[in-house]
Amino acid sequence: MAAGVATWLPFARAAAVGWLPLAKKTMPKPPVDNTSRSDEILYVNVSGVRFQTWKNTLDRYPDTLLGSSEKEFFFNEDTQEYFFDRDPEMFRHILNFYRTGKLHYPRHECIQAFDEELAFYGIVPEIIGDCCMEEYRDRKKENQERLAEDTEANESTDAPLPPHSTPRERLWRAFENPHTSTMALVFYYVTGFFIAVSVIANVVETVPCRPPKGKVKDLPCGEKYDLAFFCMDTACVLIFTFEYLMRLFAAPSRCKFMRSVMSVIDVVAIMPYYIGLVMPENEDVSGAFVTLRVFRVFRIFKFSRHSQGLRILGYTLKSCASELGFLLFSLTMAIIIFATVMFYAEKGTASSTFTSIPASFWYTIVTMTTLGYGDMVPSTIAGKIFGSICSLSGVLVIALPVPVIVSNFSRIYHQNQRADKMRAQQVCMHLCFQTHLDRDRDSDSTALCVKNRSAFEHQHHHLLHCLEKTTNHEFTDEMNYSELCMTESVGFRTSRSTSLSSQQGAQNNSTGCCPRRVRRRAAMRLANSTVSVSRGSVQELDTLQFKTTTIPHQTRSSLNAQPDNLKLNCGEQDFTAAIISIPTPPANTPDESLPPSPAPIPGILRNTQATAYTHESFKISSL
Amino acid sequence: MVDGSLLGDANGVDPAPGRTKESGKWQKPRFSRKALMKCCLVKWIIASRKPQDKDSSDSDLELSTVRHQPEGLDQLQAQTKFTRKELQSLYRGFKNECPSGMVDEETFKSIYSQFFPQGDASTYAHFLFNAFDIDRNGSIRFEDFVIGLSVLLRGSVTEKLNWAFNLYDINKDGYITKEEMLAIMKSIYDMMGRYTYPCVRDDAPSEHVDKFFQKMDKNRDGVVTIEEFIETCQKDENIMNSMQLFENVI
Repeated sequence: MAAGVATWLPFARAAAVGWLPLAKKTMPKPPVDNTSRSDEILYVNVSGVRFQTWKNTLDRYPDTLLGSSEKEFFFNEDTQEYFFDRDPEMFRHILNFYRTGKLHYPRHECIQAFDEELAFYGIVPEIIGDCCMEEYRDRKKENQERLAEDTEANESTDAPLPPHSTPRERLWRAFENPHTSTMALVFYYVTGFFIAVSVIANVVETVPCRPPKGKVKDLPCGEKYDLAFFCMDTACVLIFTFEYLMRLFAAPSRCKFMRSVMSVIDVVAIMPYYIGLVMPENEDVSGAFVTLRVFRVFRIFKFSRHSQGLRILGYTLKSCASELGFLLFSLTMAIIIFATVMFYAEKGTASSTFTSIPASFWYTIVTMTTLGYGDMVPSTIAGKIFGSICSLSGVLVIALPVPVIVSNFSRIYHQNQRADKMRAQQVCMHLCFQTHLDRDRDSDSTALCVKNRSAFEHQHHHLLHCLEKTTNHEFTDEMNYSELCMTESVGFRTSRSTSLSSQQGAQNNSTGCCPRRVRRRAAMRLANSTVSVSRGSVQELDTLQFKTTTIPHQTRSSLNAQPDNLKLNCGEQDFTAAIISIPTPPANTPDESLPPSPAPIPGILRNTQATAYTHESFKISSL
Repeated sequence: MVDGSLLGDANGVDPAPGRTKESGKWQKPRFSRKALMKCCLVKWIIASRKPQDKDSSDSDLELSTVRHQPEGLDQLQAQTKFTRKELQSLYRGFKNECPSGMVDEETFKSIYSQFFPQGDASTYAHFLFNAFDIDRNGSIRFEDFVIGLSVLLRGSVTEKLNWAFNLYDINKDGYITKEEMLAIMKSIYDMMGRYTYPCVRDDAPSEHVDKFFQKMDKNRDGVVTIEEFIETCQKDENIMNSMQLFENVI
């Protein structure tokens, strides 16, 4: 049940008759209500589709376009209706918001179109109901990511070079994007060729060739044609070194370049050769040298500069790092468990291959990945039982994270495909798109400046004023309260101004009742008008809470601060939020450290979504 | 559950009455209508379609399944002092907020509390609820709502004072005792909340109650009767003037 606050206010005010016999002071005069009392049906024509609704329905949210006098701009005198040249489908949802108090996000609609409509009608997206909020947020995030990627792609080096670029910049651009110039393309293919040659040479030199004359044993080709292979290797390494040095020279940020993955691979690929040159022909170190030669195989990773698919794979693995980590961890756990069990199950058997638990690791891994070499086989019945459990669980454990990785890969792959398609379009279209994005982003942040104070606020204000008069106490906010109570009880005289008056740089307060009240009144009025600056900001508690920063809670220790030094770091919006987030009910609990924000919003308040109400609650606290 | 029962009934179709059971021999299942109806799966489907028994004593559940339609517009017009259009407008608003046609106490409390964010309005809302719920059935229907509003907004001063007395008299026995008044007063001060100027002292409600009794209780018998109340209020100019305050609310 959505509780429309505006509907119940007259009732609450009528019930205030119950206070009248108890009032200590005379009641204030009610606000003059000039609006016509009778309800009328309004006609709203949205691109030809006529909607009709009660005027009161639209008046429920006076901070929106339809609820305020702003709709008069769209009033068509000839047809006596309000005409909007907007999407009627979307308008249906907007109007339903007024009727039911809940804003729903239509799933089939484009998120940007929806946002634009909301912005036009002055409705803050944060009041979308819980039922549709998750969907809305997901779509919005997805859209933003996509746009960010597109802008990133647009910023890529497909755009023509700025006119005055140094040779260094041109060189870097040539390296990063080979399509730009013929020389770069040639270089790109040459290096690719040499990588392939190098890799093939590494592979072939281990193949056994026919033994030379006079020998019986087969020699690997590498030793037979020693010189040829050495020359080929030297040539490749020279090319790679040259390329690496050129990249290092051209890189805009050398440190960043040196830390990047590709450059590490480059270094690792060419280091073995140089180390081999430097190293003396020594028996001891030649073993280590052989190990180094293994690193030559890293040259194959250099292909990832040439192949987008490899890059995608690498990126996928990186983005699935947590899933892979989980997989690894769970596998390790399972391996240890099963290895232990198998070892102890097979312990008694003579001639058992399960000589130790680490030896059983091998069996467990081979079984869990369903390889089943058969070099280690359990012979006891218990061993066989546990072995079968092991193989069954292996399938499960490995199958679990795989779909996540697959879906990640699919997403990234499709994104890349889209990126390619985008790049295939004209440059001028990209530029147009870019400017369009900028314009929309700007219009989102600026909101219309609406300074209307609705009748609702007046009436609510009056109601609270009546309550004040009944009890002969005034509402105040937490800041003032703590200050006042301290001054009364502890006897300090603070020269600290209230937060409200500090906004206008007013003087320090006296302890007199009336001046404080008067000044606060004026401050409140001013603060109110400045608060109602952005229409969006006043509309919903949640919005304000999101936008707020924490106002430093005034402690007793900060009593003697200078008035001007006390700059509460709050904008108008923050202030509003701080006040509104105070209302947690039981006021009698001696809770000194009630944080101004973010206090948990009571459930009732969250469901209201009444814009005027939230505006009003700010007003209360500032009295 | 379904699987087991299905399997169980695959060939476990009950023989029709009158047929002798051939022990041990497997009967070919007859897909007669009766047999089908006895199939557990079908039973389960039908059972799940039946409306749930209202065995829950939860008041929310009851309210959500109970709907209330108000009396006719003409009758309400006769009972209250609102015009037809006003009643229509009121009902539209009421129905929009409470589609079931009735407001229970919890909802009422949450609605009322919205207007007093700084304090705790639930106790006062409770008293207010009882004042509106004339027939004490635990929910306010549209008639109660509108009759109450009619008294408050369009009633004579005496009627309004009567209503106020009824509000204060918690047990509706015709007397306002000090305890009742204290409860009311405390609930009103609760609505002010913590952050007031000057700070609400703990004895403020009782002090207020004492003042009230001093003023109202003419014969000093510790209770205020309706006559004392109305008489004192009619003599008080402030109260009489302020009674006109809320007439333009609707």
